[in-house]
Parts: sequence; C-alpha cells; structure tokens
Amino acid sequence: MSGMARAQTQAPAAERPLLILAGIWVVLIAAPFWMPLVGGYTSLASRILVIGLAAMSLNFLIGFTGVVSFGHAAYFGLGVYGAGMILRYIAPSTPLAVIAGILLGGIVGSAVGALICRRRGIYFALVTIAFQEVFYYIAYKWDSVTGGFDGLRGFQRQPIHFGLFTLDIQKNDLAFYYFVLAVFAIVVGFMGFVLRSPFGRTLLAVRENERRARFLGIPVDRHIWLAFTISSFCIGAAGALYALLNNFADPSSLYTDLSGELVIMCVLGGMRSFWGPLLGAAVFEVLQDYISSQTVNWLFFIGLIFVLVVMFFPRGLLGVFRRRSAA
Amino acid sequence: MSMLEVRNVSKHFGSLIAVREVSLTVAKGELRAIIGPNGAGKTTFFNLITGFFPPTAGEIIFDGQNVTTVSAADRVKRGMARTFQVTEVFPELSVRENVRIAAEVAAGYALRPWLGGAEVRDIASVVEETVAVTGLAGKANRLVGELAHGDQRAAEIAMALALRPRLLLLDEPTAGMGEQETFEIAGLIRKLHRDKSYTIILVEHDMRVVFHLADRISVLDQGALLADGTPEQIAANPAVQAAYLGKAA
Repeated sequence: MSGMARAQTQAPAAERPLLILAGIWVVLIAAPFWMPLVGGYTSLASRILVIGLAAMSLNFLIGFTGVVSFGHAAYFGLGVYGAGMILRYIAPSTPLAVIAGILLGGIVGSAVGALICRRRGIYFALVTIAFQEVFYYIAYKWDSVTGGFDGLRGFQRQPIHFGLFTLDIQKNDLAFYYFVLAVFAIVVGFMGFVLRSPFGRTLLAVRENERRARFLGIPVDRHIWLAFTISSFCIGAAGALYALLNNFADPSSLYTDLSGELVIMCVLGGMRSFWGPLLGAAVFEVLQDYISSQTVNWLFFIGLIFVLVVMFFPRGLLGVFRRRSAA
Repeated sequence: MSMLEVRNVSKHFGSLIAVREVSLTVAKGELRAIIGPNGAGKTTFFNLITGFFPPTAGEIIFDGQNVTTVSAADRVKRGMARTFQVTEVFPELSVRENVRIAAEVAAGYALRPWLGGAEVRDIASVVEETVAVTGLAGKANRLVGELAHGDQRAAEIAMALALRPRLLLLDEPTAGMGEQETFEIAGLIRKLHRDKSYTIILVEHDMRVVFHLADRISVLDQGALLADGTPEQIAANPAVQAAYLGKAA
C-alpha cells in the first residue's frame, strides 16, 4: 500500500533531480558572495572547487567503476607540472597551460591504465601506488626541469584575452573563481554525460558484478582501462587549475598523502553519489583551513571526524540520500 | 537441426578428470535437463559449453559452427546466454537498469556515448517486453538487491533473455528456493520453452521440476554420461536408478 502511495508521489520525481542540480549550481555560482558571510573567502572557494574536481574525477573510478586507485595524485601532479612548465618555459598562455595539464595527466594515466587494467583489487591499488612513487621521484629529483624539492616557481597565471575584452584572472580573485568554475563545469558535465551513456552503464555493471558483466559480453579490462583514462584526463584538469591557483608546482602535489586525502574525501562525501566527493572536499578543506589556524595538529581532528563519519554514515555524508526502490 | 552438439568433451584439472568424454546433441527448440549427483561434473560441463574455460579434449559445435576455442564473451555474441548457480545480478541497480544494460550490450552499444531516438525506443521495447515476460513488470523500478530470491532469479533470467539468445543455459535456477518460488520459476521456464520456443539447457536438482519440464534428460555420473533419453526412459533406466535416483530417494 505504502508502495503505491509512494509511486504516486513519485510522479514529479523526474523533475526533482533537475531541481537539486539547479540548486547545486546556484550555490556554486553564488559561492563568492555567501562564503564571506560564513567566514570563508574567494580563494578558499576556488581551492575547494579544484580539489573537489580532483576527488570527483577519482570517484569516477572508485564509485562508478568499482576500481580503487591509491595513486591518483600522480595524474593530478602531472597536470600541475604540465600547466606550470608551459607557463614557465613555453608560453604565457593560461588556456594552453590548462590543455597541457589535461593532456599530460590524461595520456600518462592512459598508458599506466593500459599496463595495469588486468589487475584487480588490492593488486591494482598497490600498482597505482608504485607508479605514483615513480612520478613523484622524477619530480623530486629532476632539479633542472621540475625544480626538485623546492618546486617549480617563477610562473603566474595569465589574463585571458577574448578579443573584445580581457578576463583578468591574474589579479582578480573573483574572475579567477569563475574561470575555475567554468573549467569545473565542463569537466564535471563531461563525466555526468559519460555516466548517463550506454558506455557509462557498462561501468556500473563492472562495479556491481564483474562476472555478470563479463558474461553479458562486456570486455571488462578494456572498460576499466577506459574509465582509468577518463578519470586521469579529468584529474589532470584539476591539477592544471591547482597550478594556476598557487602559481607554484611542488612534488607534494603528486605525493601519496594527497592520493590518500582524495580517497578520504570520496568516502567522506559518499562514493555512490556523483556530488559526494565535492562535499567531502569542501568539508576537508574548510576543516583544514579552520583547524590549522588554531592548532598544528589539525590532521588529528580531520582523522577523528573521518572515523566518526565512517562509523555513523558508512555510505558517506550524501549516502543518507541513498537510492531506494522507486515503486 | 541441432542447436548444440558436444563431441567427446573432456576436462582435466591436474589429475582430476571432471568431465570424461561426454557427447550430446540438443535440437532446436528442445528443453534439455542435465542431472546427476553432487560432484558429477554438471557445472563444469556447463562452463565448458559457455566457454568459461576450454575443454582438455573434444569439440563444441553451436548452431553449426565450431566454438571450441571461442571466448565466453564471443559465445554470448553468437547467442549463448547463461544464468549462474549463485544469482549474478547488479544488486544496486533497478530491474529495468539490469535488463537495459544487457540489452544495450547485446545490441553492440557497449562503447556508445549516446543513442539515437530510434535506438532508445528499440532498447526500451526489448526491456519492457522482457520484464513483462518474466513477470517483473510491477517491480521494474525496484533495486534488484532488495527483491526476494525468486524475483532476483527472474531478473537474472530477464537479463539473459535481453541478450536475445538462441540457446539459454540455466544453472540450477531453483537452487535454495521454497515451494512457491520453485513453482513460479518452473512456470516461467515452461512458458519460455512452450510459448517463446527457446532452446534451453537446464542443470537442476529438483526432480519434480526436471521430469515436469524436460523433453530429454542427460544423466552425468562421475564426469561421464550415464544415460540420455526421454523422462520416461530415464525414469525406467536401472543404471540411473542405481547411481542416482535410488540414492536420492
């Protein structure tokens, strides 16, 4: 009986996701205006978007393909260095830097993915860590190109010229926020589009039951490789934005710590939810920003909160809106 | 015309001989049951037919073509669909999504970033028809993982049907079911066989289901084919009674 009643009230259900989606975008577009009211500031909002994009890219793999990578900072960091090195050595062009970051992270991720897509579970996760260490040491040791331990300095994001007008993302934090939001929208829109496609549904199939997927005729290794590739391109974009955000590239952007933090953000926000990792990143970054101004032991409190969330919201903060049967 | 012909197939796992020189022929439109005591090699034999692993010796001819070395995924494309002894579904997706993924993959859309209007309608009609045939129309939006065991089985069969198979292989479809659920699944299998003319191979433990549904029965014992015939012949076969029915009763 209650099932029938629910089926009737579900009639506008097709519109509800659209309303939620519109709400999310309104919140994001208005962020520079409401953030100061709750003690935030525009560059923190930019940082949350960038890290949130990285976490959502990783979650494309973890949450929607069911494959865990503990080394995704590698492709994030390659995006950072790709963008930074373009600005430092090649050309003072922000669009070129972003494209270079996306390509570097994505192409390397695609090559690594091709090598490891036959591995599963813990073996897959371990190999992703191993590859990350490789890229970390290259960035760390290759002083003359990457700046080594000190990082790559001496570049700045450049104003973007649109012919008729110029968007000064260099000096204007607000303009930079909207530039980040635009790139974020394109990448997130792309991931959302892929997940709604027949191809995207095969990824869900792999996540849900690999054996069944294989016996439907889905070449599982190939689809895991494609998911890894897409995820690497997207996180490469996040890395490129990170280089622009800091005007600086350093080896910690492709270090194990960041990979772990990104996984924590996915779990914190909810891995089964498309937007969950963005919320996870927001919680993580805001707590870090706030607690680290009070105590140097901020990681202790982040850890504590993570444990509490895992205990009381095992499906993440957005997991409380867990999908249920519709009728 | 035979749909499946198995010629002298054997499977060795090291020194263990799981299947020993088994031959059988399944005609188009036939419902064949494979029975035998636990450990007789029924599931191994099933895995050989569906390409889960290759046979040590022998040949498998499917619809006139030798598929002995063809991969499991390619056998699916050629029209073999199976269900598993342990239900294999996508638990966190709805019944409709489960069936839709099967239908899209079968239509060759596994890599497609989008579908045209006509393609979407074709898939939708396959999905709705399949969901209706398996009696799940009222539960199409439910998550499969939340359904009763019998309905999960029906959803798994629906996924197999959405592949538009010419040969349907069901591995113990009534395993672990109560009376009512067994009765419903048996009714579904009968409907698929009689009304929809599917060729079906069934591994089953429930003798009432087997003798009720099957056109022919093959009995495996210790990896070898012990007998092959109509239900009446099998019921009257003294070797089968000694090896199997006697013990079961």
